[in-house]
Amino acid sequence: MNIVRSHVLVCGGTGCTSSGSEKLISEFEVQLKKAGIENEVSVVRTGCFGLCALGPIVIVYPEGAFYSMIKPEDVETIVQEHLLKGRIVTKLLYEEAVSEKNDILPLSETQFYKKQQRIVLRNCGVIDPEKIDEYIAFDGYKALGKVLTEMTPEQVIDVVKRSGIRGRGGAGFPTALKWEFAAKQPEGVKYVCCNADEGDPGAFMDRSVLEGDPHAVIEAMAIAAYAIGSEQGYIYIRAEYPIAVKRLQLAIDQAKEYGLLGNNIFDTDFSFDLEIRLGAGAFVCGEETALMTSIEGFRGEPRPRPPFPAVKGLWQRPTILNNVETYANIPQIILNGAEWFANIGTEKSKGTKVFAVGGKINNTGLVEVPMGTTLREIVEEIGGGIPNGKKFKAAQTGGPSGGCIPLSLIDTPIDYDSLLSIGAMMGSGGLIVMDEDSCMVDIAKYFLDFTVDESCGKCAPCRIGTKRMHEILEKITSGKGTMQDIENLKALANSIKSSSLCGLGQTAPNPVLSTLRYFEDEYIAHVVDKKCPAGVCKDLLQYTIDKEKCKGCNICAKNCPVTAIIGELKKPYEIIQDKCIKCGVCESKCPFDAISRK
Amino acid sequence: MKSLAELEAIRNKTLGSINLRNDREEGTRIVVGMATCGIAAGARPVLSALVDEVAKRDLKDIIVSQTGCIGMCRLEPIIEVYVPGKEKVTYVRMSPEKAVRVISEHIVNNRPVKEFTVSEADK
Repeated sequence: MNIVRSHVLVCGGTGCTSSGSEKLISEFEVQLKKAGIENEVSVVRTGCFGLCALGPIVIVYPEGAFYSMIKPEDVETIVQEHLLKGRIVTKLLYEEAVSEKNDILPLSETQFYKKQQRIVLRNCGVIDPEKIDEYIAFDGYKALGKVLTEMTPEQVIDVVKRSGIRGRGGAGFPTALKWEFAAKQPEGVKYVCCNADEGDPGAFMDRSVLEGDPHAVIEAMAIAAYAIGSEQGYIYIRAEYPIAVKRLQLAIDQAKEYGLLGNNIFDTDFSFDLEIRLGAGAFVCGEETALMTSIEGFRGEPRPRPPFPAVKGLWQRPTILNNVETYANIPQIILNGAEWFANIGTEKSKGTKVFAVGGKINNTGLVEVPMGTTLREIVEEIGGGIPNGKKFKAAQTGGPSGGCIPLSLIDTPIDYDSLLSIGAMMGSGGLIVMDEDSCMVDIAKYFLDFTVDESCGKCAPCRIGTKRMHEILEKITSGKGTMQDIENLKALANSIKSSSLCGLGQTAPNPVLSTLRYFEDEYIAHVVDKKCPAGVCKDLLQYTIDKEKCKGCNICAKNCPVTAIIGELKKPYEIIQDKCIKCGVCESKCPFDAISRK
Repeated sequence: MKSLAELEAIRNKTLGSINLRNDREEGTRIVVGMATCGIAAGARPVLSALVDEVAKRDLKDIIVSQTGCIGMCRLEPIIEVYVPGKEKVTYVRMSPEKAVRVISEHIVNNRPVKEFTVSEADK
């Protein structure tokens, strides 16, 4: 083994990979060789560091220098200056990580990381996910060893129960209860499944865990299997996550090679095998019964519950199904004890939650905070606020199944119960921030558009009901809505919620209901005043030219793609409203600010 | 893998090589001056010797790192040893052999090698 004095960690998550981190790695290799120090410095491709907005990210240890937005041409500078001569390239560092005296601050002191507590993401951005040895070095598979050699299945379930962990997939069902139900079923074939079919628009927590620390999930599934008496597991993951699938498969292969999966693990009677099943990207397959139907090889459609999966799941056998993030907590709970975990978070929501923060926010990325952290802390402190000096309007949690949290409730602590009480939900952890330029009716329509597309069609309330709701929203946003439409929306929403077969339909009306709850005035503005206050809904907008300001330069007319602007040079121009497609080009091209949107 | 001991062995073997990926505040730092003057005077073999010796002795919580010009170019190669809670010790005119002694006497046995320090340099 080479003795290296410095490690260059390059983020290889999906975010940084798409902003070019692969090129950085090969450039580092070239430059290190050129400097003759390729044996002293190792380049490591890790999982997500979380600060995706500033990718690609490179961290150099032992100094802990956090370089952000690195381009291939910067690599030579970093190698020559930092790695060869030991002079940290301050101008390429993440601004927040440099103190006023030009020293490097530990990452844990920057705004973005200060309030975070990393349990699930503890290895993301630290280890090379493609090397099982590195996972083992940070206590990997130790929990499995402890469980198999020192604990009974009942004791395992007891620890999980006392930790208070609840499912991280969205509904928040206590994890230990699921395990207990399955464990109590008569002996025989049982299954352990992992739901990695992360389909909410804007959510990427599970992907990042699988990309950055796949072994944590594998280890936890083996622990779960031991607890309920299963020998076979399946990870259901969407095919749209190629990097995660690749690393997961590699991790499974390595675990098998080390005998951490397979027969007689740690020389005990316990055997466990794991396979990947690829999903084809249907949102409904994230619903537990649909997911299992899909694993069985059928069309992914849900079925009524009960019987619950813990009794009759995959191939009619007792099955537990947990989310990626839930599993990633388990080894830590076993190693550190139930009390440790139960001390983090709030009374009824224990531990931490990972959020994929996106939308109108400066630090888009992945954050992990203790339960009970307020939305304000996430948006203003960790997230770095709203770009371009705009104002916060609302945040959507739980994606298309969740609801919005308006400014007035920004101090709500984020935990399962507080969110439910204000009409939103925890969801799997997508957090989309909206500023004053977002139209709430349009947002509701967007999410409904998604559920209409993703409804599997098995039950009528969801298949037909969401379609009708979408039509009403279309009508409202195009200025043809009536007050009766708003009433109809509410009635439809409530009956869809109560009569749909599965979670998809039962939660599909949530975005409409919660925007109606907090932003009904915007709906009314669309219906009564025929105006979109945020200036988003095109049919309710009009571009007009201010005759006073117009100098008749003809620039707008030249740029209008549909020749809707007419006039004579040096005289005020005019927009023919019937022809205008409201693309906004004229407004952005006018040198005199004479065109306005209302 | 048949036993926990095997797992522990892999853990220990790998941890040594990746443990420097931690934001540490405490711990001993050995800094080598690696500006042009230092490199020209032979700082690189000194650095390698330090890294090798730390690894060979399996010392934990020791960081070997580099810095720019320390300012006394005529005394290069220079290394500085920062032990938490103690005064910095500056060693001058280092060689790989001297570096190894610094590790064994100063770092391991906590006895700074007085004859190599900057205060002795011009005597």
